Amino acid sequence: MKPAWILLLLCAPALAQDVNAGRSLAATCANCHGTHGRPRGPAMPPLAGMKADVMLEALADYRSGRQPGTVMPQIVKGYTEAQLRLVAAYFAAQAKP
Amino acid sequence: MIARRQLVAAGGLALAGCATPTTSLGRVVVVGGGFGGATAARYLKLWGGADVDVTLVERNEGFISCPMSNLVIAGVRDAISLGHGYAGLEAQGVKRVRGEVVAVDPVGKVVRLTDGTTLRWDRLILAPGIDFMLDGIPGLAAAYDSGRAVHAWKAGLQTLALRRQLQDLPDGGVVLMSIPKAPYRCPPGPYERACLIASFLRRAKPRAKLLVLDANPEVQSKKALFERAFTQHHAGVLEYRPNAELKEVAGGVARFEFEDIKADVLNLIPPQRAGDLAKDFANVNGRWVGVDWLTMQAQAAPGVHVVGDAILSAPGMPKSGHLANQQAKLAAAAVLALLQGEAVNQAPVVMNTCYSFVTPAEAMHVASVHQYDAAEKTMKTVPGSGGVSAASSAAEAAFALGWADTLNL
Repeated sequence: MKPAWILLLLCAPALAQDVNAGRSLAATCANCHGTHGRPRGPAMPPLAGMKADVMLEALADYRSGRQPGTVMPQIVKGYTEAQLRLVAAYFAAQAKP
Repeated sequence: MIARRQLVAAGGLALAGCATPTTSLGRVVVVGGGFGGATAARYLKLWGGADVDVTLVERNEGFISCPMSNLVIAGVRDAISLGHGYAGLEAQGVKRVRGEVVAVDPVGKVVRLTDGTTLRWDRLILAPGIDFMLDGIPGLAAAYDSGRAVHAWKAGLQTLALRRQLQDLPDGGVVLMSIPKAPYRCPPGPYERACLIASFLRRAKPRAKLLVLDANPEVQSKKALFERAFTQHHAGVLEYRPNAELKEVAGGVARFEFEDIKADVLNLIPPQRAGDLAKDFANVNGRWVGVDWLTMQAQAAPGVHVVGDAILSAPGMPKSGHLANQQAKLAAAAVLALLQGEAVNQAPVVMNTCYSFVTPAEAMHVASVHQYDAAEKTMKTVPGSGGVSAASSAAEAAFALGWADTLNL
């Protein structure tokens, strides 16, 4: 029987980092871009299947002002770089619509 | 029920050994099928799959959206476009019960419906929306009952009634809208409605007038943009008066602190509180439900999660359908984690985007992002993020319609 603290140590990383962090962050985009990044109509661009580096570059351009927009330049500033990387990784893993 | 509780407890113990339970996680009952409740039910199945048993209780056969209902009132959009059914949720495995919950027992973990049936739950999500505070304004309830006044602040027959009254208005007639003190559902909604009614009057009843009496000291959302719209598009039709709180309604007369106004159409938007369903958990002035922002659990009743307009909003967070949807996803993720005996996300994020039309052809937005602040245990607007449109535009009107379509999915 291993001491209990070894079990706690082994479990600690899973408890410290929410394994669903990317999924939950990406869900905040769904209101406009659709569930899993598949929008309903033509007004919003799909995010599902977009390469992570392409999305991160687009988001960086919104943040810097290089890419003008209406809502996105304001929203992107509400997320940390680490959060955006999780979001981009999540959408990159979704099948294209 | 006992067996299920033991199962959840066993799941919690199993986690300590790094194993995950493979059997059913438990039963979640969601009450209220609006933006909050329907989204919660959907994401519980989307993320929990067959392992979670989800039942949605809703008293109506379908949902009627408040967003875009001002376009219906102004005759710009068809009323049918506001309606949405629940077939999509059922196809995802959500069990639907048509009925009205009359009692919530957070200790016995059961809800009771009007017909006496009971539903047991391991986790409960309430999305009751708002109800009205009519007692403080003599004559208002009677005026709604007789149809002399309409609120149109819950979409449905009221929306159509206001539309019909505007159509029947004689040219040269007067429309009165009153706005309650904040907080109320949809901060920009009254001002959007004022703009769209004014557009309708200019087009169809060019000698009619719209008086907007606001209990607040100023426009509550997108202030500069609405004030610009009032001047640029609606001067001569729309007259806006702040600091005017509705005190009483008698016949066709609405009494305010400093004046009585007689009008042909009375669109009186009443003061609001958490929906009746959540009244036992409304621990903030008996009016709103205080929540734990990591889980959306009511401070007054652990195990009962509350989302949407019924909660005490965090600073800078409006009561919007968009945020009800975002809170519902936060609640769904937390409920699933708790059923699995896992830690909940310690850094939740929600965001809001809300479009308003200032004419039938032009819209504008307000956006915000809210991150959890562990020290203050609340959601905080991220400094430097969010904002409003530089100006209203036709392009944003197209975005607004796309936003409504996707939000209403």
